[in-house]
Amino acid sequence: MANTYTAIATVTVGSGGASSIEFTSIPQTYTDILVKYSLRGSDPANYINNRISFNSSTSGYSSKLLYGDGSAAGSANNSVTTAVDFSAYSTGTSATASTFSSGEAYIPNYAGSNNKSLSVDHITENNATGVITALTAGLLSNSAAITSLKITPGSGTFVQYSTATLYGIKNS
Amino acid sequence: MPTKLVVDCSTGVTTEVELTAEEIAQAEADAAAFAVAEAERIAAEEAKAAAKAAAEAKLAALGLTAEEIAALGK
Repeated sequence: MANTYTAIATVTVGSGGASSIEFTSIPQTYTDILVKYSLRGSDPANYINNRISFNSSTSGYSSKLLYGDGSAAGSANNSVTTAVDFSAYSTGTSATASTFSSGEAYIPNYAGSNNKSLSVDHITENNATGVITALTAGLLSNSAAITSLKITPGSGTFVQYSTATLYGIKNS
Repeated sequence: MPTKLVVDCSTGVTTEVELTAEEIAQAEADAAAFAVAEAERIAAEEAKAAAKAAAEAKLAALGLTAEEIAALGK
């Protein structure tokens, strides 16, 4: 990873699971931020679409998704506006045991005074056709600087050993 | 009681916090919305596949070979 990346904080889910992972008091000293995650959900599915939200805002989000799920490729519009939906797919409990999704969400100019955009790429793991890989483009129509970021499962909880790391990026 | 993990980036300290009633209600609403969104996406995918199969069947009934039908999709 380029030396412009600084790991700000990392979290690993413990044995009790977690209903969400939230980074607060994000320093405003970087150009962009990036969150990389490895997630597995408790929901009995091959994969679960999760959500990213900022500053505890519960409105003003929209997103579009391009995906391939093992049987078809397609696109979708977000029908949930309380967070950037389809933004952090996790592997579910129906998938191969001990496998986790991989993904990252990039948020440029997070400390600026314009609306906030993000791009996400992600893939789930499964030794079967029930997987999904996707690219998501998201927007929060709110000009406030981002000081907190939360990842929430669409259903269920994140299981033990799920991780997320927030990076700050300078000179991007 | 469900909990969330909160990482304070200014200190690096991670805290396990119990969800408030509001957060639980929001999570339940999100889960319901998730189910609807996912069902819509899958239904659209299935409808598209069904339409494709129906179109291919009609083309086959007109006498096109499987290779000719496949060529139309390229």
